[in-house]
Amino acid sequence: MKQDVILRVGVKTVFPFILMFALYVHFHGDYGPGGGFQAGVIIAAGIILYALVFGSAAAKRVAPVAVVERLVPAGVLIYVFGGIPGLFAGKRFLDYTVYAQDPLHGHEWGVFIVEGGVIVTVAATMIAIFYAFGDRARG
Amino acid sequence: MELAINAVLLTLLVAISLGIIRQRSLFGVVLLAGAYSFLIASILIVLDAVDVAMTEAAVGAGISTVVLLATLHLTGSMEYPKPRPAVLPLFVCAVTGVALIWGTWDLPGFGVAVAPIHQATVPEYLRVAEAHLIAPNVVTAVLADYRGYDTMGETTVVFTAGIGVMLLLRGRRKVGADAGLDAKPGAKT
Amino acid sequence: MSRFLELLGHYNYFVTIFLMMAGLYVVIARGNMIKKLVGMSLFQTSVYLLYISPGKILGGTAPIVDARFAVYSNPLPHVLILTAIVVGVATLALGLALVVRINEAYGSVEEDEIFARDGKTRDGKTRDGETRDGES
Repeated sequence: MKQDVILRVGVKTVFPFILMFALYVHFHGDYGPGGGFQAGVIIAAGIILYALVFGSAAAKRVAPVAVVERLVPAGVLIYVFGGIPGLFAGKRFLDYTVYAQDPLHGHEWGVFIVEGGVIVTVAATMIAIFYAFGDRARG
Repeated sequence: MELAINAVLLTLLVAISLGIIRQRSLFGVVLLAGAYSFLIASILIVLDAVDVAMTEAAVGAGISTVVLLATLHLTGSMEYPKPRPAVLPLFVCAVTGVALIWGTWDLPGFGVAVAPIHQATVPEYLRVAEAHLIAPNVVTAVLADYRGYDTMGETTVVFTAGIGVMLLLRGRRKVGADAGLDAKPGAKT
Repeated sequence: MSRFLELLGHYNYFVTIFLMMAGLYVVIARGNMIKKLVGMSLFQTSVYLLYISPGKILGGTAPIVDARFAVYSNPLPHVLILTAIVVGVATLALGLALVVRINEAYGSVEEDEIFARDGKTRDGKTRDGETRDGES
Protein backbone atom coordinates (compact mmCIF):
# COMPACT_ATOMS: atom_id res chain seq x y z
CA MET A 1 0.00 0.00 0.00
CA LYS A 2 3.03 2.26 0.33
CA GLN A 3 3.05 2.88 -3.43
CA ASP A 4 -0.57 3.91 -3.83
CA VAL A 5 -0.65 7.67 -4.51
CA ILE A 6 -4.35 8.16 -3.87
CA LEU A 7 -4.19 6.39 -0.52
CA ARG A 8 -1.07 8.24 0.59
CA VAL A 9 -2.37 11.70 -0.31
CA GLY A 10 -5.85 10.89 0.97
CA VAL A 11 -4.63 9.63 4.32
CA LYS A 12 -2.21 12.55 4.71
CA THR A 13 -5.12 14.94 4.17
CA VAL A 14 -7.56 13.15 6.43
CA PHE A 15 -5.22 12.15 9.27
CA PRO A 16 -5.02 15.54 11.10
CA PHE A 17 -8.77 15.90 10.86
CA ILE A 18 -9.31 12.48 12.41
CA LEU A 19 -7.20 13.51 15.39
CA MET A 20 -8.93 16.90 15.58
CA PHE A 21 -12.34 15.21 15.43
CA ALA A 22 -11.26 12.94 18.26
CA LEU A 23 -10.31 15.93 20.39
CA TYR A 24 -13.63 17.61 19.51
CA VAL A 25 -15.51 14.46 20.52
CA HIS A 26 -13.55 14.37 23.77
CA PHE A 27 -13.86 17.99 24.86
CA HIS A 28 -17.39 18.42 23.56
CA GLY A 29 -18.53 15.26 25.33
CA ASP A 30 -20.52 17.22 27.92
CA TYR A 31 -22.74 18.85 25.30
CA GLY A 32 -22.93 16.32 22.47
CA PRO A 33 -22.37 12.64 21.88
CA GLY A 34 -18.87 11.74 22.90
CA GLY A 35 -16.42 11.36 25.74
CA GLY A 36 -13.17 9.68 26.64
CA PHE A 37 -13.99 6.18 25.36
CA GLN A 38 -15.14 7.34 21.92
CA ALA A 39 -12.29 9.82 21.49
CA GLY A 40 -9.75 7.21 22.57
CA VAL A 41 -10.83 4.68 19.98
CA ILE A 42 -11.01 7.36 17.26
CA ILE A 43 -7.40 8.42 17.99
CA ALA A 44 -6.32 4.78 17.91
CA ALA A 45 -8.19 4.18 14.63
CA GLY A 46 -6.44 7.22 13.13
CA ILE A 47 -2.97 6.00 14.14
CA ILE A 48 -3.79 2.48 12.87
CA LEU A 49 -4.91 3.93 9.52
CA TYR A 50 -1.62 5.83 9.32
CA ALA A 51 0.34 2.69 10.15
CA LEU A 52 -1.52 0.63 7.54
CA VAL A 53 -0.77 3.08 4.74
CA PHE A 54 2.69 4.42 5.63
CA GLY A 55 4.05 1.38 7.41
CA SER A 56 4.65 0.60 11.04
CA ALA A 57 7.98 2.46 11.22
CA ALA A 58 6.38 5.77 10.22
CA ALA A 59 3.57 5.28 12.74
CA LYS A 60 6.14 4.64 15.46
CA ARG A 61 7.63 8.06 14.78
CA VAL A 62 4.18 9.59 15.33
CA ALA A 63 3.37 7.47 18.39
CA PRO A 64 6.59 5.92 19.75
CA VAL A 65 6.23 2.49 21.35
CA ALA A 66 7.89 3.56 24.61
CA VAL A 67 5.51 6.51 25.02
CA VAL A 68 2.42 4.47 24.17
CA GLU A 69 3.30 1.69 26.58
CA ARG A 70 3.88 4.14 29.41
CA LEU A 71 0.59 5.90 28.72
CA VAL A 72 -1.39 2.67 29.23
CA PRO A 73 -0.95 2.65 33.04
CA ALA A 74 -0.66 6.46 33.19
CA GLY A 75 -4.34 6.85 32.24
CA VAL A 76 -5.49 4.59 35.07
CA LEU A 77 -3.29 6.56 37.47
CA ILE A 78 -4.76 9.87 36.24
CA TYR A 79 -8.22 8.47 36.92
CA VAL A 80 -7.36 7.22 40.41
CA PHE A 81 -5.52 10.38 41.42
CA GLY A 82 -8.49 12.38 40.14
CA GLY A 83 -10.48 10.77 42.95
CA ILE A 84 -8.00 11.29 45.78
CA PRO A 85 -8.44 15.05 46.50
CA GLY A 86 -11.95 14.23 47.69
CA LEU A 87 -10.46 12.01 50.42
CA PHE A 88 -8.17 14.79 51.66
CA ALA A 89 -11.11 17.17 51.87
CA GLY A 90 -12.89 14.74 54.18
CA LYS A 91 -15.33 13.65 51.48
CA ARG A 92 -15.69 10.43 49.54
CA PHE A 93 -13.36 8.98 46.90
CA LEU A 94 -14.17 10.45 43.46
CA ASP A 95 -16.12 13.33 45.01
CA TYR A 96 -15.65 16.14 42.50
CA THR A 97 -17.13 19.00 44.52
CA VAL A 98 -13.67 19.73 45.99
CA TYR A 99 -12.29 21.03 42.70
CA ALA A 100 -14.00 24.43 42.86
CA GLN A 101 -16.01 26.61 45.21
CA ASP A 102 -19.11 26.11 43.13
CA PRO A 103 -20.10 22.40 43.22
CA LEU A 104 -21.34 22.48 39.62
CA HIS A 105 -18.00 23.84 38.47
CA GLY A 106 -16.26 21.21 40.58
CA HIS A 107 -18.21 18.48 38.82
CA GLU A 108 -17.11 19.86 35.45
CA TRP A 109 -13.46 19.75 36.51
CA GLY A 110 -13.81 16.28 37.99
CA VAL A 111 -15.41 14.87 34.84
CA PHE A 112 -12.70 16.59 32.78
CA ILE A 113 -9.87 14.93 34.75
CA VAL A 114 -11.48 11.52 34.87
CA GLU A 115 -12.32 11.54 31.15
CA GLY A 116 -8.70 12.55 30.52
CA GLY A 117 -7.60 9.36 32.24
CA VAL A 118 -10.05 7.33 30.18
CA ILE A 119 -8.95 8.74 26.81
CA VAL A 120 -5.25 8.17 27.61
CA THR A 121 -5.72 4.55 28.66
CA VAL A 122 -8.12 3.61 25.87
CA ALA A 123 -6.13 5.21 23.05
CA ALA A 124 -2.78 3.91 24.31
CA THR A 125 -4.11 0.38 24.91
CA MET A 126 -5.63 0.11 21.44
CA ILE A 127 -2.43 1.37 19.76
CA ALA A 128 -0.29 -0.91 21.93
CA ILE A 129 -2.44 -3.92 20.99
CA PHE A 130 -2.03 -3.02 17.31
CA TYR A 131 1.74 -2.70 17.67
CA ALA A 132 1.93 -6.00 19.56
CA PHE A 133 0.11 -7.85 16.76
CA GLY A 134 2.00 -6.04 14.01
CA ASP A 135 5.44 -6.72 15.49
CA ARG A 136 4.91 -10.41 16.11
CA ALA A 137 7.02 -12.61 13.85
CA ARG A 138 5.02 -15.03 11.71
CA GLY A 139 5.33 -18.69 12.64
CA MET B 1 -41.46 4.72 10.77
CA GLU B 2 -38.92 4.12 13.51
CA LEU B 3 -40.32 0.63 13.93
CA ALA B 4 -40.04 -0.09 10.19
CA ILE B 5 -36.41 1.09 9.88
CA ASN B 6 -35.56 -0.84 13.00
CA ALA B 7 -37.18 -4.03 11.65
CA VAL B 8 -35.41 -3.79 8.27
CA LEU B 9 -31.98 -3.24 9.84
CA LEU B 10 -32.50 -6.10 12.29
CA THR B 11 -33.45 -8.42 9.41
CA LEU B 12 -30.23 -7.48 7.60
CA LEU B 13 -28.37 -8.27 10.81
CA VAL B 14 -29.89 -11.76 10.89
CA ALA B 15 -28.85 -12.30 7.25
CA ILE B 16 -25.24 -11.27 7.96
CA SER B 17 -25.05 -13.49 11.03
CA LEU B 18 -26.20 -16.47 8.92
CA GLY B 19 -23.43 -15.54 6.46
CA ILE B 20 -20.89 -15.55 9.28
CA ILE B 21 -22.00 -19.02 10.36
CA ARG B 22 -21.87 -20.50 6.85
CA GLN B 23 -18.70 -18.82 5.55
CA ARG B 24 -15.63 -21.09 5.65
CA SER B 25 -13.04 -18.57 4.57
CA LEU B 26 -12.00 -16.70 7.71
CA PHE B 27 -11.11 -13.64 5.65
CA GLY B 28 -14.75 -13.49 4.54
CA VAL B 29 -15.88 -13.97 8.14
CA VAL B 30 -13.80 -10.98 9.27
CA LEU B 31 -15.16 -8.73 6.53
CA LEU B 32 -18.73 -9.82 7.32
CA ALA B 33 -18.04 -9.07 10.98
CA GLY B 34 -16.99 -5.53 9.96
CA ALA B 35 -20.23 -5.04 8.01
CA TYR B 36 -22.13 -6.46 10.98
CA SER B 37 -20.56 -3.85 13.27
CA PHE B 38 -21.55 -0.98 10.98
CA LEU B 39 -25.10 -2.33 10.88
CA ILE B 40 -25.19 -2.58 14.66
CA ALA B 41 -24.00 1.05 14.80
CA SER B 42 -26.89 2.12 12.53
CA ILE B 43 -29.37 0.23 14.68
CA LEU B 44 -27.96 1.90 17.78
CA ILE B 45 -28.57 5.31 16.17
CA VAL B 46 -32.18 4.33 15.47
CA LEU B 47 -32.42 3.27 19.12
CA ASP B 48 -31.17 6.76 20.18
CA ALA B 49 -27.89 5.44 21.58
CA VAL B 50 -25.65 7.89 19.71
CA ASP B 51 -22.68 7.60 22.08
CA VAL B 52 -22.70 3.84 21.83
CA ALA B 53 -23.08 3.94 18.05
CA MET B 54 -20.00 6.15 17.72
CA THR B 55 -17.94 3.76 19.83
CA GLU B 56 -19.18 0.70 17.97
CA ALA B 57 -18.43 2.23 14.55
CA ALA B 58 -14.84 3.05 15.56
CA VAL B 59 -14.19 -0.16 17.54
CA GLY B 60 -16.14 -2.84 15.71
CA ALA B 61 -15.49 -1.82 12.13
CA GLY B 62 -12.07 -0.26 12.69
CA ILE B 63 -9.95 -1.70 15.46
CA SER B 64 -11.34 -5.23 15.89
CA THR B 65 -11.30 -5.83 12.11
CA VAL B 66 -7.63 -4.83 11.95
CA VAL B 67 -6.72 -6.99 14.94
CA LEU B 68 -8.59 -9.98 13.46
CA LEU B 69 -6.84 -9.52 10.11
CA ALA B 70 -3.47 -9.31 11.88
CA THR B 71 -4.27 -12.62 13.60
CA LEU B 72 -5.20 -14.20 10.27
CA HIS B 73 -1.85 -13.05 8.89
CA LEU B 74 -0.10 -14.75 11.82
CA THR B 75 -2.09 -18.00 11.74
CA GLY B 76 -3.87 -18.85 8.48
CA SER B 77 -7.12 -17.90 6.84
CA MET B 78 -8.98 -21.12 6.10
CA GLU B 79 -11.21 -23.01 8.44
CA TYR B 80 -10.76 -26.76 8.74
CA PRO B 81 -12.57 -28.18 5.68
CA LYS B 82 -14.22 -31.11 7.48
CA PRO B 83 -17.24 -29.87 9.45
CA ARG B 84 -17.90 -31.50 12.78
CA PRO B 85 -21.28 -33.14 13.46
CA ALA B 86 -23.59 -30.25 14.32
CA VAL B 87 -26.77 -31.99 15.49
CA LEU B 88 -26.22 -31.70 19.22
CA PRO B 89 -25.13 -28.01 19.20
CA LEU B 90 -28.07 -27.16 16.94
CA PHE B 91 -30.43 -28.95 19.33
CA VAL B 92 -28.99 -27.16 22.36
CA CYS B 93 -29.27 -23.76 20.62
CA ALA B 94 -32.83 -24.44 19.45
CA VAL B 95 -34.01 -25.49 22.92
CA THR B 96 -32.32 -22.54 24.63
CA GLY B 97 -33.65 -20.14 22.00
CA VAL B 98 -37.23 -21.37 22.32
CA ALA B 99 -37.02 -21.13 26.11
CA LEU B 100 -35.71 -17.56 25.90
CA ILE B 101 -38.38 -16.51 23.38
CA TRP B 102 -41.01 -18.03 25.65
CA GLY B 103 -39.57 -15.83 28.39
CA THR B 104 -39.97 -12.65 26.31
CA TRP B 105 -43.78 -12.85 26.36
CA ASP B 106 -43.79 -11.30 29.80
CA LEU B 107 -41.52 -8.42 28.77
CA PRO B 108 -43.03 -5.02 27.95
CA GLY B 109 -43.36 -4.15 24.25
CA PHE B 110 -40.71 -2.22 22.37
CA GLY B 111 -40.55 1.55 22.90
CA VAL B 112 -43.28 1.81 25.52
CA ALA B 113 -42.78 4.76 27.86
CA VAL B 114 -44.49 3.10 30.85
CA ALA B 115 -42.05 0.15 30.93
CA PRO B 116 -40.48 -0.43 34.37
CA ILE B 117 -36.99 0.42 33.12
CA HIS B 118 -38.01 4.07 32.72
CA GLN B 119 -39.52 4.43 36.19
CA ALA B 120 -36.59 4.23 38.63
CA THR B 121 -33.41 6.37 38.87
CA VAL B 122 -33.45 7.71 35.33
CA PRO B 123 -36.18 10.36 35.78
CA GLU B 124 -33.99 11.72 38.57
CA TYR B 125 -30.95 11.94 36.24
CA LEU B 126 -33.04 13.72 33.61
CA ARG B 127 -34.52 16.12 36.18
CA VAL B 128 -31.06 17.05 37.48
CA ALA B 129 -29.79 17.52 33.93
CA GLU B 130 -32.76 19.72 33.03
CA ALA B 131 -32.02 21.85 36.10
CA HIS B 132 -28.48 22.34 34.68
CA LEU B 133 -26.82 20.68 37.67
CA ILE B 134 -24.91 18.14 35.53
CA ALA B 135 -23.75 18.06 31.92
CA PRO B 136 -26.53 18.13 29.31
CA ASN B 137 -25.29 14.87 27.81
CA VAL B 138 -26.68 12.59 30.48
CA VAL B 139 -24.60 9.65 29.23
CA THR B 140 -21.32 11.44 29.95
CA ALA B 141 -22.63 12.70 33.28
CA VAL B 142 -23.70 9.24 34.44
CA LEU B 143 -20.51 7.65 33.08
CA ALA B 144 -18.03 9.91 34.81
CA ASP B 145 -20.04 11.27 37.70
CA TYR B 146 -22.77 8.99 39.04
CA ARG B 147 -21.03 5.76 38.06
CA GLY B 148 -17.44 6.90 38.51
CA TYR B 149 -16.38 3.74 40.36
CA ASP B 150 -17.80 1.58 37.60
CA THR B 151 -15.89 3.49 34.91
CA MET B 152 -12.70 3.25 36.96
CA GLY B 153 -13.15 -0.52 36.97
CA GLU B 154 -13.73 -0.56 33.21
CA THR B 155 -10.59 1.50 32.60
CA THR B 156 -8.63 -0.94 34.73
CA VAL B 157 -10.01 -3.87 32.71
CA VAL B 158 -8.93 -2.23 29.44
CA PHE B 159 -5.50 -1.61 30.97
CA THR B 160 -5.22 -5.22 32.18
CA ALA B 161 -6.23 -6.64 28.80
CA GLY B 162 -3.69 -4.40 27.06
CA ILE B 163 -0.91 -5.52 29.42
CA GLY B 164 -1.95 -9.13 28.83
CA VAL B 165 -1.70 -8.77 25.05
CA MET B 166 1.72 -7.14 25.37
CA LEU B 167 2.99 -9.91 27.66
CA LEU B 168 1.71 -12.64 25.33
CA LEU B 169 3.04 -11.21 22.09
CA ARG B 170 6.20 -9.43 23.19
CA GLY B 171 8.68 -12.33 23.13
CA ARG B 172 9.38 -13.04 19.49
CA ARG B 173 9.52 -10.03 17.23
CA LYS B 174 9.91 -9.44 13.53
CA VAL B 175 13.42 -8.66 12.38
CA GLY B 176 13.74 -4.90 12.49
CA ALA B 177 10.60 -4.34 14.56
CA ASP B 178 12.76 -2.89 17.29
CA ALA B 179 16.47 -2.20 17.45
CA GLY B 180 18.24 -4.61 19.82
CA LEU B 181 15.37 -7.06 20.28
CA ASP B 182 15.68 -9.07 17.09
CA ALA B 183 13.69 -12.17 16.29
CA LYS B 184 14.79 -15.23 18.15
CA PRO B 185 15.23 -18.32 15.94
CA GLY B 186 11.83 -19.95 15.59
CA ALA B 187 10.65 -21.88 18.63
CA LYS B 188 8.09 -23.71 16.57
CA THR B 189 7.88 -27.37 17.54
CA MET C 1 -53.52 -5.75 13.12
CA SER C 2 -52.85 -5.15 16.80
CA ARG C 3 -51.51 -8.70 16.99
CA PHE C 4 -49.07 -7.82 14.17
CA LEU C 5 -47.97 -4.64 15.95
CA GLU C 6 -47.44 -6.61 19.13
CA LEU C 7 -45.25 -9.10 17.26
CA LEU C 8 -43.36 -6.23 15.61
CA GLY C 9 -42.85 -4.76 19.07
CA HIS C 10 -41.27 -8.03 20.15
CA TYR C 11 -39.16 -8.31 16.99
CA ASN C 12 -36.14 -6.78 18.77
CA TYR C 13 -36.25 -9.53 21.37
CA PHE C 14 -36.55 -12.25 18.70
CA VAL C 15 -33.57 -10.93 16.76
CA THR C 16 -31.57 -10.51 19.97
CA ILE C 17 -32.21 -14.11 20.93
CA PHE C 18 -31.49 -15.34 17.39
CA LEU C 19 -28.11 -13.58 17.39
CA MET C 20 -27.37 -14.92 20.86
CA MET C 21 -28.07 -18.47 19.70
CA ALA C 22 -26.09 -17.91 16.47
CA GLY C 23 -23.10 -16.86 18.58
CA LEU C 24 -23.56 -19.81 20.93
CA TYR C 25 -23.79 -22.19 17.95
CA VAL C 26 -20.55 -20.90 16.42
CA VAL C 27 -18.79 -21.17 19.78
CA ILE C 28 -19.83 -24.76 20.51
CA ALA C 29 -20.11 -26.26 17.01
CA ARG C 30 -17.05 -24.91 15.22
CA GLY C 31 -13.52 -26.05 15.95
CA ASN C 32 -11.60 -23.08 14.58
CA MET C 33 -10.58 -20.80 17.43
CA ILE C 34 -10.70 -17.55 15.45
CA LYS C 35 -14.22 -18.41 14.33
CA LYS C 36 -15.11 -19.20 17.94
CA LEU C 37 -13.95 -15.72 18.96
CA VAL C 38 -16.03 -14.12 16.17
CA GLY C 39 -18.97 -16.15 17.47
CA MET C 40 -18.28 -14.85 20.94
CA SER C 41 -18.43 -11.28 19.65
CA LEU C 42 -21.73 -12.12 17.92
CA PHE C 43 -23.05 -13.17 21.31
CA GLN C 44 -21.65 -9.98 22.80
CA THR C 45 -23.39 -7.71 20.28
CA SER C 46 -26.66 -9.49 21.01
CA VAL C 47 -26.18 -8.46 24.64
CA TYR C 48 -25.74 -4.84 23.47
CA LEU C 49 -29.11 -5.09 21.73
CA LEU C 50 -30.65 -6.77 24.77
CA TYR C 51 -29.64 -3.79 26.92
CA ILE C 52 -30.29 -0.95 24.49
CA SER C 53 -33.65 -2.06 23.03
CA PRO C 54 -35.75 -1.70 26.22
CA GLY C 55 -34.25 1.77 26.78
CA LYS C 56 -35.81 3.15 23.60
CA ILE C 57 -39.00 5.19 23.84
CA LEU C 58 -40.88 5.57 20.55
CA GLY C 59 -40.90 9.25 19.63
CA GLY C 60 -38.08 9.97 22.07
CA THR C 61 -34.67 11.38 21.30
CA ALA C 62 -31.08 10.79 22.34
CA PRO C 63 -30.50 11.61 26.03
CA ILE C 64 -28.86 15.00 25.49
CA VAL C 65 -31.01 17.44 27.41
CA ASP C 66 -32.25 20.45 25.49
CA ALA C 67 -35.20 22.79 25.94
CA ARG C 68 -36.67 21.74 22.58
CA PHE C 69 -37.32 18.12 23.60
CA ALA C 70 -39.36 16.51 26.33
CA VAL C 71 -39.01 12.72 25.83
CA TYR C 72 -35.59 11.10 26.11
CA SER C 73 -34.58 7.48 25.74
CA ASN C 74 -33.07 5.79 28.78
CA PRO C 75 -29.38 6.78 29.20
CA LEU C 76 -28.44 4.13 31.75
CA PRO C 77 -28.10 1.14 29.35
CA HIS C 78 -26.09 3.38 27.02
CA VAL C 79 -23.53 4.00 29.75
CA LEU C 80 -23.22 0.31 30.58
CA ILE C 81 -22.85 -0.80 26.95
CA LEU C 82 -20.51 2.04 25.96
CA THR C 83 -17.87 0.78 28.36
CA ALA C 84 -18.68 -2.85 27.52
CA ILE C 85 -17.81 -2.29 23.84
CA VAL C 86 -14.33 -0.97 24.59
CA VAL C 87 -13.71 -3.69 27.16
CA GLY C 88 -15.04 -6.19 24.61
CA VAL C 89 -12.48 -5.28 21.96
CA ALA C 90 -9.67 -5.36 24.52
CA THR C 91 -10.66 -8.86 25.66
CA LEU C 92 -11.12 -9.97 22.02
CA ALA C 93 -7.54 -8.86 21.38
CA LEU C 94 -6.41 -10.82 24.45
CA GLY C 95 -8.17 -13.92 23.13
CA LEU C 96 -6.60 -13.48 19.71
CA ALA C 97 -3.18 -13.09 21.31
CA LEU C 98 -3.74 -16.44 23.04
CA VAL C 99 -4.75 -17.94 19.67
CA VAL C 100 -1.51 -16.65 18.11
CA ARG C 101 0.51 -18.27 20.90
CA ILE C 102 -1.43 -21.55 20.58
CA ASN C 103 -0.79 -21.53 16.85
CA GLU C 104 2.94 -21.10 17.50
CA ALA C 105 3.01 -23.94 19.99
CA TYR C 106 0.80 -26.44 18.11
CA GLY C 107 1.00 -25.29 14.48
CA SER C 108 -2.78 -25.16 14.26
CA VAL C 109 -5.79 -23.23 15.50
CA GLU C 110 -8.21 -26.14 15.01
CA GLU C 111 -9.43 -27.66 18.25
CA ASP C 112 -9.42 -31.25 16.86
CA GLU C 113 -5.79 -31.11 15.77
CA ILE C 114 -4.72 -29.60 19.08
CA PHE C 115 -6.49 -32.35 21.04
CA ALA C 116 -4.98 -34.97 18.76
CA ARG C 117 -1.49 -33.62 19.31
CA ASP C 118 -1.97 -33.48 23.06
CA GLY C 119 -3.12 -37.11 23.13
CA LYS C 120 0.00 -38.11 21.24
CA THR C 121 2.51 -36.24 23.37
CA ARG C 122 0.93 -37.32 26.65
CA ASP C 123 1.06 -41.13 26.32
CA GLY C 124 3.19 -41.46 23.21
CA LYS C 125 1.22 -44.26 21.49
CA THR C 126 -2.47 -45.18 21.35
CA ARG C 127 -4.41 -42.08 22.33
CA ASP C 128 -3.76 -40.23 19.07
CA GLY C 129 -5.92 -42.37 16.80
CA GLU C 130 -8.66 -42.73 19.40
CA THR C 131 -9.00 -39.01 20.06
CA ARG C 132 -9.09 -38.23 16.37
CA ASP C 133 -11.87 -40.74 15.79
CA GLY C 134 -13.79 -39.66 18.85
CA GLU C 135 -13.67 -36.02 17.79
CA SER C 136 -14.53 -36.35 14.11
